[in-house]
Amino acid sequence: MGVAIVLALVVIGSVVFHFLSPWWWTPIASNWHYIDDTIIITFWITGFVFAAVVLFMAYCLFRFRHREGNRAAYEPENKRLEWWLAIGTGVGVAAMLAPGLVVWHQFVTVPKDAATVEVIGQQWQWAYRLPGADGKLGASDIAHITPENPLGVDPKDPNGQDDVVIQGDNLHLQLGKPVKMLLRAVDVVHDFYVPEFRAKMDMIPGSVTYYWFTPTLAGTFDVLCAELCGTGHTFMRGNVVVEPEGQYQAWLQQQKTFAQLQAPARTQARNEAKN
Amino acid sequence: MVDVTHGAAGPLSAAEVEDVELYHPKSWITTYVFSQDAKIIAIQYSTVALSIGLVALVLSWLMRLQLGFPGVFSFIDPDRYYQFITMHGMIMVIYLLTALFLGGFGNYLIPLMLGARDMVFPYVNMLSFWIYLLAVLVLVAGFFLPGGPTGAGWTLYPPQAILANTPGQQWGIIVMLVSLILFIVGFTMGGLNYVVTVLQGRTRGMTLMRMPLTIWGIFTATVMALLAFPALFVGAVMMLLDRLIGTSFFMPAIVTMGERLAHKGGSPILFQHLFWFFGHPEVYIVALPAFGIVSDLISTHARKNIFGYRMMVWALVAIGALSFVVWAHHMYVSGMHPAFGFFFATTTLIIAIPTAIKVYNWVLTLWRGDIHFTVPMLFALGFIVTFVNGGLTGLFLGNVVVDVPLSDTMFVVAHFHMVMGVAPIMVIFGAIYHWYPKVSCRMLDDTLGKLHFWVTFLGAYLIFFPMHYIGLMGVPRRYHEIGAMAFIPPSVATLNAFISVVALTVGAAQLVFLFNLVWSLRHGREAGGNPWHATTLEWQTPQTPPPHGNWGKSLPVVYRWAYDYSVPGAAQDFLPQNQPPVPRGA
Repeated sequence: MGVAIVLALVVIGSVVFHFLSPWWWTPIASNWHYIDDTIIITFWITGFVFAAVVLFMAYCLFRFRHREGNRAAYEPENKRLEWWLAIGTGVGVAAMLAPGLVVWHQFVTVPKDAATVEVIGQQWQWAYRLPGADGKLGASDIAHITPENPLGVDPKDPNGQDDVVIQGDNLHLQLGKPVKMLLRAVDVVHDFYVPEFRAKMDMIPGSVTYYWFTPTLAGTFDVLCAELCGTGHTFMRGNVVVEPEGQYQAWLQQQKTFAQLQAPARTQARNEAKN
Repeated sequence: MVDVTHGAAGPLSAAEVEDVELYHPKSWITTYVFSQDAKIIAIQYSTVALSIGLVALVLSWLMRLQLGFPGVFSFIDPDRYYQFITMHGMIMVIYLLTALFLGGFGNYLIPLMLGARDMVFPYVNMLSFWIYLLAVLVLVAGFFLPGGPTGAGWTLYPPQAILANTPGQQWGIIVMLVSLILFIVGFTMGGLNYVVTVLQGRTRGMTLMRMPLTIWGIFTATVMALLAFPALFVGAVMMLLDRLIGTSFFMPAIVTMGERLAHKGGSPILFQHLFWFFGHPEVYIVALPAFGIVSDLISTHARKNIFGYRMMVWALVAIGALSFVVWAHHMYVSGMHPAFGFFFATTTLIIAIPTAIKVYNWVLTLWRGDIHFTVPMLFALGFIVTFVNGGLTGLFLGNVVVDVPLSDTMFVVAHFHMVMGVAPIMVIFGAIYHWYPKVSCRMLDDTLGKLHFWVTFLGAYLIFFPMHYIGLMGVPRRYHEIGAMAFIPPSVATLNAFISVVALTVGAAQLVFLFNLVWSLRHGREAGGNPWHATTLEWQTPQTPPPHGNWGKSLPVVYRWAYDYSVPGAAQDFLPQNQPPVPRGA
C-alpha cells in the first residue's frame, strides 16, 4: 500500500519538477532549434512511457498486494499482448528516431556559403584562425609549431600569409552568417563547446573535425572545453562574441595576420617609415 | 507453454552427463582459501568486490564534497579530483559490478540452479579468483605509488592518458592498464567455465528453456564478455606499449607544452573504438545478469510465473547480439565520420524494443500476482523504476543529434548512473537479501533492510533525477568546479550542495547494510532451506548451506520450468522444479 503511494508520488514529483524547476536549457543562440524540438518530442514520449509504466506498476502493487487467502493467476504468456506492446514501442521509437536522423543530416551538411573559422585547442587555451582576404586558410602542421608560430601555420604557403590569427583573445562571429568550425588540437583531445549554440565536436590531434551553425543571437557567450584534457580541463574557458556585420568587420580590421605576427619587427619598421 | 510446464513427464532417459569426479579438499587451506568449490569462490569474489566497492563509495563521497562545497576541502585539488572520478568509475564498472555479478552470483548460482555439483573446471575457477584478487591489488597499488593513481577519466582516452599533464602519468596509468589486463585474464578463465557449465553441466531434465532467467542473464552476459573484453585487452596492451616503449598506436604527432614528442602517425580515435567495442557490451554485461536475477525475484515474491518467459529469453539474446553494433553511440561527438551517426543511432534505438519488452513483462508479472513486499521485492521494484528512468534517458543520448548538446554534460552522468549504477546495484542488494539465507542459514534483518531500501532508493532518485536538468542546461561533467559561467545561475550551486548531502546520506545507509550483513550472520532469524517458497533448484538442496558437492548422493531431476507458482489445482502456491508431476487424473 505504502509502496504504491510512494511510486505514484515519484511520478507526480518528477512531472512537477520537470515543469517547475528553475533548471532548463539556456536560451538558444543558433539555428539548431531543430535539436531542441527533437528533445521536446523525446521528453513527451519518454515522459509518457515513464508515467504509464510506473503508475501501472503502482496500481498493480495496490490491487494485487498480498492478503490472506489470495492466490496469483497462472498466465505464462499472452502472445497478442506481447506483440502489440512490441509494435507500439517500435512506433514510439520511430517517432523519435525519424526527426533525429533528419536533423542529423542537416547537422552534418554544411551550407556552401558558410564562413570558415579554425579553432585550435591546446592545454588549456583556445586559439583561432580566420582565412584572410583570399578566403583560404593556409596549410598547417604540427611540425611548423614554434614559439613564434604556435598554430603551426606553414610559413611557405602563400594562402596562409593573410590568415588572421587570434591568440589569447575572444573569438567574434558575425550574426546570421553560417559558420563552419574547423577543429584542430595539438596535444590531446579537446572539445569546443558553447551551450547556447547546442553544437559540439571533439578536436583530435592529428585530424581536423568540424561542425557548423548560424549564430542567431547577439551577445557574449561562454566557451568551455567539453572533453577531459588533463589537470587544467576545468580552466579551459573563453568567450565568443556574436555581433552584427558592421561591428564584426570593425573588430576584424583590428586583428593581426599571420604575416604581421611572424615579422613584428619588420612590420613595425615599415609602418614607421610610412609615417 | 504447457509443454514447457508439464513436459518430460514420462520416464527419463539415462543421465546425459556422468556425475563428475569432484576434487575433495584435505585441509583447511584447500577448503577455505585455495578452494575449488564454486560456492567458496563465489563468497571470495563477492567479499573482494564489495570491499573494493567500499573504496569506490568513499571516492564518490570525496568528489561529491568537492562538487557540493567547492573550495572548502582544499586537499581535493584538480589532480586528486580527477584521480577520484577515474578510480570510482573503473572500480564500480569492472571490479565491483562485473566481478560481483559474474564471479559472485555466477559462481554461486550456476551450479546450484542447474543441479550440478560444481563448475566444470574447478581448478581454473580457483585461478580465476586469485588472478582477480591480484588485479585488484595492482589497481590499489596505484594509490601508493609516486604520483598516485591515474586521473585520465575511466575511459582512459589517449593521448592525455599517458601524457604529463594528466595525474598518475608516472605509475598510475601503468598499474591501471596492467590491472585491466590481469582482470581480463582472470575473467576469461572464469567466463569459459560459466559457459561450459551452463552448456554441459545441467542435470537431467534441465533443458535450456527450463533454466531460470538468472542463468540466462548470467550466461548471455558471460558470452558477451568473452567476446568484448579482448577489445579492451588489445587496447590496454597497445597503450601500455605507447607509454612504456614509445610506440605510436594511439599517438599522433604531438606538441605538448611547446615540446615536440617522438610519437607520430597513431590514431587516438582507434582507442575509442576499441574501448567502446568493449565498453558498450560492458553495460549489458552488467545489465543482463541484473535483468535475469530481477525476473526471478519478481516472480518469486509476486508468487506468479514470469510473464512471457520465451520472449524474455529471446529478448536477452537479442539485446546481447545488438549490443555489439551500437558501440559508437558513445562517440557521436568524437569526430568520427558523421555518416556513422545514422547507423549507430538506428541500431541504438532498435535495442530499446527488446529492452522495453523486458520491462513490460516484469510489470505484467505483477498483474494479478500475490505481491509480498519483502525486502528483495522492494529492491526489485526500485530497480524497475530506476531502470525505466535511466533507460528512457538513453533514448535522448542514443538519438545522435540529441546527443550533441547533451554529451559530456551532467545529463550523461545522471543517465548512466541511473541505468547502470543505481539500477543494477538495486538488483545486487535485492539478490543479497534473497540468497543470503541460502549462504548463511539466516535471514537478514527486515527492519534494517527496509531502512536500507528506502534511503537508498529515494536518495538515489533525488541525486540523479535533478542532475539531468543541470546537464540539459549545459553544465559540463568532469569539472573540478563550475566556477563563474554566465549561463549557470547560482541555484545550480545550491542543487549541487543538496545532491552532495543526499549522496552522503545514501552512503551512510550502505553502512547499515554492511552492519546487517555481519550482524545477521550470528543473530539473524533461522531461515530453513527454502524461506521464500521458491521453485528453483538452489532452494531444494538437502542441506543448507549446501555442502561440498551440493546434492548429497544423487543429483536432482528436473520435471518442470522454473516458474510454477500458483499453479491451479496445486496444494501449495509453488512447485519446485524437481517435483515430479502428478499423473493426470490422479
